[in-house]
Amino acid sequence: MATATKSSTDEFMKGLWKENPVFVQVLGMCPVLAVSNTALNALAMGLATLFVLVMSNIVVSSLRSFIPKEVRIATYILIIATFVTVVDYAIQAISLDLYKALGAFISLIVVNCLILGRAEAFASKNTVARSALDGLGMGTGFVVALFCLGAVREIMGSGSLFGVQLFHDAFQDWVVMVLPSGGFFTLAGWLLLFNWLKQRKAHREDRATLALSKEVV
Amino acid sequence: MTGTELEAQAAPTSAWHMYRAMVGVGLFCGLLIVTVFQATLPIIEQNKAEALQRAIFRVLPEATASSTFSYDESKGFELLEGRSDGQELLYAGYDDDGALVGLAIEAQGMGYQDVIALIYGYSFSDDAITGIQVLESKETPGLGDKIESDPDFLENFKRLDVSLGDHASKLANEIVPVKNGEKTHPWEIDGITGATISSVAIANILNGSAQHWVPRIESRLTDFQGGE
Amino acid sequence: MPEESLWTIFINASLVNNFVLAYFLGICPFLGVSAKLETASRMGGAVTFVMLVSSICAFGIQALLVAIDAPYLKLISFIAVIASTVQLVEMFIKKMSPALFRALGIFLPLITTNCAILGLALFQTNKGYSFVQCIVYALGAGAGFTLALVLMAGLREKLELAEVPDVTKGTAMALMLAGLLSVTFMGFGGLGG
Repeated sequence: MATATKSSTDEFMKGLWKENPVFVQVLGMCPVLAVSNTALNALAMGLATLFVLVMSNIVVSSLRSFIPKEVRIATYILIIATFVTVVDYAIQAISLDLYKALGAFISLIVVNCLILGRAEAFASKNTVARSALDGLGMGTGFVVALFCLGAVREIMGSGSLFGVQLFHDAFQDWVVMVLPSGGFFTLAGWLLLFNWLKQRKAHREDRATLALSKEVV
Repeated sequence: MTGTELEAQAAPTSAWHMYRAMVGVGLFCGLLIVTVFQATLPIIEQNKAEALQRAIFRVLPEATASSTFSYDESKGFELLEGRSDGQELLYAGYDDDGALVGLAIEAQGMGYQDVIALIYGYSFSDDAITGIQVLESKETPGLGDKIESDPDFLENFKRLDVSLGDHASKLANEIVPVKNGEKTHPWEIDGITGATISSVAIANILNGSAQHWVPRIESRLTDFQGGE
Repeated sequence: MPEESLWTIFINASLVNNFVLAYFLGICPFLGVSAKLETASRMGGAVTFVMLVSSICAFGIQALLVAIDAPYLKLISFIAVIASTVQLVEMFIKKMSPALFRALGIFLPLITTNCAILGLALFQTNKGYSFVQCIVYALGAGAGFTLALVLMAGLREKLELAEVPDVTKGTAMALMLAGLLSVTFMGFGGLGG
């Protein structure tokens, strides 16, 4: 497979936009929707996932010649579960309030298809440095996506951002936004936006090629 | 790639390699988990103890120190040293002079959406509940979750009567929820408009817990005198 | 051990706090398998079965971990049990009904990463349910999951024939449907209390 080797920045950036795990690949949805009812929770969850993703990518990559392919999924899951347990205890030690808000969803990071997916698709076939960058990029894209969701839901549903009231008392909270349904609607909204942008880009490219072919003719 | 390298790749992995990988990774993971666990354990215990203290002082306004009592049907209330063995626990609050102010008791029950867990303060001198703090709730944001913050609702608990009746085995009057604005007796709880079920849930939780504990506490008051 | 009645637990898990529509667990199969009614109902059945077995195992493991005072092994042991259960179910289905096995395809092994099953194990442990309560909880969660899946499949099958804007096709539409379903299920609130 002789694809041009990506530069380090490319490796990192692809996770942010082109292959954003939430908006493009639609992976790892469960925690995304569940804990994104405030911007702080969303950010915390995103950072926890980022940590697990980067660490597991690094470990999987360093052990890639050591792990035979028959047992790879089992060992990947073992490694991921370990780092999730680590994050679980870390958050408990940092802030009990945050831990109560995020609850069991921290442990659920282990079944986030994103992490296992990256381990299988990338970390098992690339160097430690590249895997770390990939993890960092995907993880950051995940954090950004989660923050977009959380911020919108908190602003509309509680009239605040990070607990800071933004609007006057007269602002009627759109409570459905902080309820589960709001999670679905907000994500659908963002996906609609992304789809629309993609369509526009595709149309532009079509028109450009059409114009080009006309010129040639 | 040379022919022999390709052959080596195609050959199935030996059982030894698989075994070695799983055990090796397993050991590494186990070590990492145990290390982090041991390192964070004291911090977490500290956090939990501090959070509990804050809750106790919130529901027993005059308390500045606390101790823990465990309860056993046959032995009564005993001062607890160290970790509990899964027994039921009550927390005693003492004021600056070291005098016993009251007990903080945890209770839980079904709310509108899911289980509500709370802690409430019981004052000996007043025969009343002096405050509640909701510890865990998943009530509807903007509606049911007002039970945690609505100042009028929390007023109910500054002095919620739970005195014992003639037989000293039951409360004289059950804690009952009433519609907002219709409270006339000190054992009633003014509900929150729009959060009826959550308010009723709080009343039921407190009633159930008080019915269970107040008779037992009052019949064994001397158990608490030995405390710090 | 909480004093919820078995009926309350069942109603709660299947309707009021539906695992998919209220807790966002099991979204991947929910969005992936819910296009056809038949596959959806069978997936629901398989998930319910795995939930039941995992719930029982999780109960046992938790008791064991408490006994040996190793709470930090909870996550790893739960996920190991779930993965093994799915493996067994896969072999069982392959033997009993090869047609079903082919129909479910890749989604069967994906049950392992189904947050709903691990979520079930974690929730029931946190709530401290007794053995019987766990079983009812698992059945309720499975029933709720199947219900959500089947409803979604029915809606999506109908939607195939309708004209929708290109921009909304695919996951965006599925999510909006899910949001509406979630709002409807909110009507069940207070039913279990």
